[in-house]
Amino acid sequence: MTVPSISRRTLMKGTALLLASTALARQALAQAAPAGGRLIVAADSEPKNLNPAIVASNGVFFIASKVIEPLAEASFDGKDGLAPRLATAWEGSADGLSVTFKLRDGVTWHDGQPFTSLDVAFSALNIWKPLQNLGRLVFANLEAVDTPDDYTAIFRFSKPTPFQLIRNALPVVTSVVAKHIFDGSDIAANPGNNKLVGTGPFKFAEYKPGEYYRLTRNENYWDKDQPKLDEIVFRVLPDRASAGAALEADEIQLAAFSAVPLADLDRLSKVDGIKVISKGYEALTYQLVVEINHRRKELADLRVRQAIAHAIDKKFVVDTIFLGYAAAATGPVPKNAPEFYTSDVAAYDFNPAAANDILDKAGYTKGADGNRFKLKLRPAPYFNETRQFGDYLRQALAAIGIDAEIVNADAAAHLKAVYTDHDFDLAVGPPVFRGDPAISTTILVQSGTPDGVPFSNQGGYVNPELDKIIKQASETVDTAARTDLYRKFQQLVVADLPLINVAEWGFITVARDTVLNVSDNPRWAVSNWGDTALRS
Amino acid sequence: MKRAILLLRRRAISSLPVLLIVVIFTFFLLESASGDAVDAYLGSIGGGDAALKQALRESYGLDRSTLARLWLYLSSLARLDLGWSVAFDRPVGVLIAERLPNTLLLMGSATALSFGVGSALGILAGARPGSVRDRLLSIGSLIVYAIPSFWLGLVLSIAFSVKLRWFPIAGIETIASGKTGFSRALDISAHLVLPVSALALIYLALFLRVMRAGMGQVWKLDFVLFARAKGLSRSRIVLRHVARNALLPLVTMLGLQSAAMLGGSVVIESVFAIPGFGRLAQEAVNGRDAPLLMGIILTSAVLVIAVNFLVDLVYAGLDPRIGASEGGA
Repeated sequence: MTVPSISRRTLMKGTALLLASTALARQALAQAAPAGGRLIVAADSEPKNLNPAIVASNGVFFIASKVIEPLAEASFDGKDGLAPRLATAWEGSADGLSVTFKLRDGVTWHDGQPFTSLDVAFSALNIWKPLQNLGRLVFANLEAVDTPDDYTAIFRFSKPTPFQLIRNALPVVTSVVAKHIFDGSDIAANPGNNKLVGTGPFKFAEYKPGEYYRLTRNENYWDKDQPKLDEIVFRVLPDRASAGAALEADEIQLAAFSAVPLADLDRLSKVDGIKVISKGYEALTYQLVVEINHRRKELADLRVRQAIAHAIDKKFVVDTIFLGYAAAATGPVPKNAPEFYTSDVAAYDFNPAAANDILDKAGYTKGADGNRFKLKLRPAPYFNETRQFGDYLRQALAAIGIDAEIVNADAAAHLKAVYTDHDFDLAVGPPVFRGDPAISTTILVQSGTPDGVPFSNQGGYVNPELDKIIKQASETVDTAARTDLYRKFQQLVVADLPLINVAEWGFITVARDTVLNVSDNPRWAVSNWGDTALRS
Repeated sequence: MKRAILLLRRRAISSLPVLLIVVIFTFFLLESASGDAVDAYLGSIGGGDAALKQALRESYGLDRSTLARLWLYLSSLARLDLGWSVAFDRPVGVLIAERLPNTLLLMGSATALSFGVGSALGILAGARPGSVRDRLLSIGSLIVYAIPSFWLGLVLSIAFSVKLRWFPIAGIETIASGKTGFSRALDISAHLVLPVSALALIYLALFLRVMRAGMGQVWKLDFVLFARAKGLSRSRIVLRHVARNALLPLVTMLGLQSAAMLGGSVVIESVFAIPGFGRLAQEAVNGRDAPLLMGIILTSAVLVIAVNFLVDLVYAGLDPRIGASEGGA
């Protein structure tokens, strides 16, 4: 990238230009960032399996994405929102039966072996399709991967598979691992799952359980200008308040994934040398959803669901629970997915009086104690915000005469109660939108999911019309037609409210201002950090 | 010495049924908790389908019956094999061996500090009951005892790490420093100052109060009266006659507190990011990792039994009557 040169005379022209020029100088500094240094980052969990080809989850990606790369990464300005990584070009066939990837030449694994199309074929057929939690869905119809030469991989599908889906899923489900490490072994038990060997800008150096993961610079990275850093250390800090204090003390330089509690952000943003960044999570949007058990006769009544939607003040939720670091949701697809998003859906304005009215008319009259009926409400324990919203929802429901009893549980008990035992009336869940509605969104409302599938439609909602659209979209190869189907999907979901989307949020990164090139792609925290640098 | 070994052997044998009861009780307690290791794992990785869930359950052996799993666990335990941790995918024995030293270091230092300083201050307070010094110490100890340990930990780290930058904020040693020998020991000590202080302060207050109360009782006994009548100096009476006898309940409490401290260290280990036993226990519970949690509880039980044995030995040294009755029985 070229930096416009500024002549001395232009500089003299005035303070406004002077200001602009310092901004440019700052930008120039970021581009030509100094090489070297150790970046220390807060990590709040230690995944037991670090292989992103098997476990596609943010906790794993956070560390592993620096070592093992996908075929393409999300990008703010790339074509279709993608930037090339191990693949340099991708093309879907018109019949939806194949996708051709051109692979990068001259890439070597960290152990010195060359990277070829055989690695991609092996990863796809032996890991992504049969083993990966999300790839099992995306690559369900993958039949074979042809490798006509070392740098071409052709994916062949048994049924037409929308290229749009494959493309959108690339950053999440296509982490490539080395065939020579996993071939012929019990993949689940292979030590390569934790001693990562990849093609990325950083090599896996050391893991001290309970203390840290250390990654060191890959001298032979295919992008000769990267990485900028010598080392990244992920320091295990389980306590959130301590992560903020460690940043203040300059013992760590960066905390991603809202490792610092929202309530501390205001104070920290005023500390000299610390910046609070909300960019860089656009492709990992979390959704705050009220899950509804349709087996409960009151909740099977659309009027009751509408009344509940009218009882929730989304603005209050965004401002008070998320302290402004979120947006009100309109439906099952977040605004951060402009490819699919439509605002042309039914709206339920905050109006408790109307909600009461609806319930009265529907025949759910208030008893002597002012309550119409009782519900069991289970807020998911994963985030402070989901629990706080549970408390809020209880009060909002009380205002319309519904008595909700909150049942708190830890993660394992919550999952079993909601998704296996269906022992709930309402639940608060935080599903993630992963770039395409087919990956983890349609499953929330599609009928016929077997018991025990986490983050799925376990409320027993059945809507043949909606099921038909979901099925049609999954087979529609034409991108425009498929996008259109998902618009219709949003309208149907919001009209019939199988669940209620309340808010959508990304995480917050807090960093010392010495860390350069932070949040420069829509899933930055889980990308490779090749251009991240430290100002000396 | 020979008596101590005999005592040790008898204790070890009599402890076995206790440990077996602990294991079986914990097993069924965990069994009664809703959700299992697969639920916890799928939640942490953001979901998966029903077939994946089934496959995981089979590979963890969770598809077998409760009794079959208990039998499997007990029989591997009989071979001194603590089993395989589901949440960490590593042997339980190795995990415990890695984490236990950090916690023992933390607890040991905190116990020594709280016992030493607590009993010394207790003597100071109890030497002149009712004096201004006694009141100040008593009120001060009450306040400290009422403070929650996580709060104390946070306040200490904000004051001494964030503001003053005297001590490191977290961890057990400087990460990837490559230090060895004496400089490493120094490094670890610097890291331990704040967590040990936070953990010790609470127990220090407790020891102070027990010591002071014990002294108050001994003062009234005849032999102290006799010592005073003999015209012995006050400091000699306080140290040789009163404090020595008031120390006995403190030693008893030392044994009891060792178990409580193991629990208290969970919080301190989290706040100061120390990879210890307490945090491991917390992670085992969150991951519904039955083998790991059983291993931890079993090890804790052995630790408590061992500490109590040591306490008994000390007790016997302090008060010969007790040792005689144990040995003669």
